[in-house]
Amino acid sequence: MDRQIRRLGIALVALFAVLFGQVAYVQVFAAERIADSPGNATRQIRAEFEVERGQIIAADRRTVLARSVEAGPNQVYRFRREYPEGDLFGHVTGYYSRIFGRAGIEQAFNQYLAGTAPELAVSNVTDLILGRTKKGASVYTTIWPELQRVAREALGGQPGAVAAIDPRTGDVLALYSNPGFDPNVLSSGSDRAIRSAWDELNGDASKPLLSKAFQELFLPGSGFKIVTASAELERDASVDTPWPNPHVLDLPTTDDDLTNYGGALCAGGASQVTTLVAFQQSCNVTFGVMGLDLYGERTGNFGLSDQADAYGFCMTNPPEVTGCDEPRIPFALPFQNGRFPEAGYFADRIPARAYAAVGLDNVLTNPLHMALAAGAIANGGEMMAPRIVTSVRDAQGRTVREFGTESVSRPISRGTAAEMTQLMLSVTQGGTASSAFSGFGIPVAGKTGTATTGDDSPPNAWFSAFAPAGTGEPPRIAVSVIVLEGGGLGDAATGGQIAAPIARAVIDAYLDG
Amino acid sequence: MSAAAVPEGVARRARNGLGLLLIAYLISLVAYGLVGLGQRGEVPGDLGPYALAIGAAFAAGWIAVRVLAPRADPVLFPTAAVLAGLGLALLYRLRPTVAGEQATWLILGVVTFIVVLLAIRDDRQLDGYTYTIGLAGLILLLLPIVPGLGFEENGARLWIRIAGYSFQPAEFGRILIVIFLASYLASRRELLAAGVGRFGFPRAKDLGPLLLAWGASLGVLFLERDMGASLLLFGVFVVMLWVATGRWSFLAIGAVLFAIGGWLGYTAFGHVQTRIDYWLHALEPDKVHDLGYGQLAQSWFALASGGIVGTGIGQGSPDLIPYVASDFIFSAIGEELGLLGTTVVLLLFLILIGRGLRVGVERQDSFGKLLAVGLTTVIALQTFVIVGGVTRLIPLTGLPLPLVSYGGTSRVATFIILALLVRLSAGRWDGVVWRRRKDAT
Repeated sequence: MDRQIRRLGIALVALFAVLFGQVAYVQVFAAERIADSPGNATRQIRAEFEVERGQIIAADRRTVLARSVEAGPNQVYRFRREYPEGDLFGHVTGYYSRIFGRAGIEQAFNQYLAGTAPELAVSNVTDLILGRTKKGASVYTTIWPELQRVAREALGGQPGAVAAIDPRTGDVLALYSNPGFDPNVLSSGSDRAIRSAWDELNGDASKPLLSKAFQELFLPGSGFKIVTASAELERDASVDTPWPNPHVLDLPTTDDDLTNYGGALCAGGASQVTTLVAFQQSCNVTFGVMGLDLYGERTGNFGLSDQADAYGFCMTNPPEVTGCDEPRIPFALPFQNGRFPEAGYFADRIPARAYAAVGLDNVLTNPLHMALAAGAIANGGEMMAPRIVTSVRDAQGRTVREFGTESVSRPISRGTAAEMTQLMLSVTQGGTASSAFSGFGIPVAGKTGTATTGDDSPPNAWFSAFAPAGTGEPPRIAVSVIVLEGGGLGDAATGGQIAAPIARAVIDAYLDG
Repeated sequence: MSAAAVPEGVARRARNGLGLLLIAYLISLVAYGLVGLGQRGEVPGDLGPYALAIGAAFAAGWIAVRVLAPRADPVLFPTAAVLAGLGLALLYRLRPTVAGEQATWLILGVVTFIVVLLAIRDDRQLDGYTYTIGLAGLILLLLPIVPGLGFEENGARLWIRIAGYSFQPAEFGRILIVIFLASYLASRRELLAAGVGRFGFPRAKDLGPLLLAWGASLGVLFLERDMGASLLLFGVFVVMLWVATGRWSFLAIGAVLFAIGGWLGYTAFGHVQTRIDYWLHALEPDKVHDLGYGQLAQSWFALASGGIVGTGIGQGSPDLIPYVASDFIFSAIGEELGLLGTTVVLLLFLILIGRGLRVGVERQDSFGKLLAVGLTTVIALQTFVIVGGVTRLIPLTGLPLPLVSYGGTSRVATFIILALLVRLSAGRWDGVVWRRRKDAT
């Protein structure tokens, strides 16, 4: 029997050797891969909470948008994330939740904030050698707190959004959306409180977790005429080209008609209008004519699709293709680029050509994209990519990473940009936004939009602009505003009445300050 | 045998045992203190009473070995004490509210250990009631099936409740069955060893016990849905049969019967199928949040997060692992104490197993040999099945990690096994001091 017992001993040792092999495989050889898998998020986040996360700082280099503070005794995590400005920058900073992960800059620049980016390796090793506590790096943004505040006040609680950029660099100066959310409620407090806040935010039909400035899409309505006019000017039209101006445009192949806003006569009912007057008065019928005109029956090309494409709109083919697989305009945060159907879509949809020209049908965009489009005109035809973070600095204040400016495309020539500026200036000078800008010292180039969403709800009001315009000096701000569902004015809301004053307040605050 | 030689040898062994015990005691206290430091940043307030209680228990166990079984193996009890002390510190870290209760169970375990040593002064007492013990073991094994007495938890029916106290009778039943088998096989081994034909195929009537054990295992599997206990029972039986007869054909037939049993279990009810499914697909991203797959995924995450040196006691997140105090305590060790901790635990079990088998080799009688081998195999297989389960080497079947996991029954049962091994190693044989080969020189 002793032989069997010895053999048994060898067998059991072998079994334990296999066991040890498996343990070593999981704990050493495959450890990194297993520990880094997405299912282990809770542990990863807990590990992150052991490190003092870097701050998120505003463009004034003083205002702190997000910081980590000691959680105090008897807390599970050493640090707590704090957003001193509450909901003002919620969509910009995003949240940093131990239960629901990250969003916004917290997500996009997590490697720096958490101190795990390769650029920080040297600094981390130095910390280790010097016995310093490891700290994450701080992220410096382009957002001006004052401008953000003005945007919030000007919106005055109406649902909507404001996006303001510097046309020369693409720097995002303000990015506000209402309703928003206070990231503090997702980042600190009891698990129960965080979960209930999360459920509440997700259950809200107005989608407060998504920024209407750049993460949702809306019909632009007449605000899209910037693109339509660009397309015509890029071809052979000029600001003085005469266009037919009927009362109603009878659209071919259907019973549909295109009318002007409120069914009115445009420009006093003249039989012909120039490009400038059609733009200034926002004549739908005339722009409908342009839409039909831009379609090349022989080539199957649609000038408007090409122009939208050049402005960074994602090409779609509804109803099958509506998404945007590859964003056209790079941005650090998840940015929904505008959508415009490709030429093929319009082949047997003749009325759609006219509707698309006035920003209806399947045209979608948001304030950030419209601000970038206006910014391209302001910048002599060159569209810059939006930039929200300029630099990253480690805990010792050393710059570890800088983000440069980036040109996206040149949707229009310098000449067209000058002509477009002329058209847009006329809007605030005797056009649809003149009352909003009466007595305003700075020349503003803009375009109003009033988009009826189809159902019975009041229209979305738009205004996209840049300033100072036509002065010879380069414009320093481009802004786009949307006020949803009529805001405080209901069915009577128009872009000129309700959105333009908000843009004016933002421009005023930025150029005066 | 000279009169002076015995005390000298005894003294040497005793010294070894005492040193080891002090190390075990120290490890238990340091682990307990570290839990407080690591988790709350302070030495636990009740470290004093804890040190006293554990110290008293360890000392009592050691003295009992010295007095009641003076020539016994000095390593068995201290090794078990390290594992139990470590387990208690871990339970204090994982489930602070049950730590006191588990400390009581540890003390009860040591008391049981002493009682067994006291009651069984001569291990031949156990050899006298072969069938009574076998029957008692079988009854204990199947007790949870009795309506009104047994109840189901986590899909397995292995608990009974008497007067408000619930426990798993199979833990004790298993020990009785091993005693029965040792006794039965010791008297039949020569008959069973006689084979038929070239391949030494067992005679039909010799297959009886094997089939009976197989039937009992399947009974446990089907009636109580306890795969762990079933596997353990059958494994121990086959190993003992093989050791007793030295015939490979029993191992082969055992393997075939195991395969048939596994297949029956797999096709008969979903329990086995889902276990295998959990095992194979534990880490698939969409399944991580399902408890069945998730517990294995979390176990892997914990082990992987621990790496070589671990996060340190109180610094990891073993709270994310379901059933971490019972089935998955090994994963918690891996997370907070790293590969170093898991290796130490595996080595401690190997020491217990090695010592247990050595008792078997050194015994001169078949019964003693078989009983030592059987009891050791229970601990070895149980450890292998649960550690293999939580590391995803094999599909998980829930069993406590002996001495370490939460659970009173298992702790007390393991101390009974230890007491029996200690008694067997002491080797009192019919009033004559049975001499170890080592001492004889």
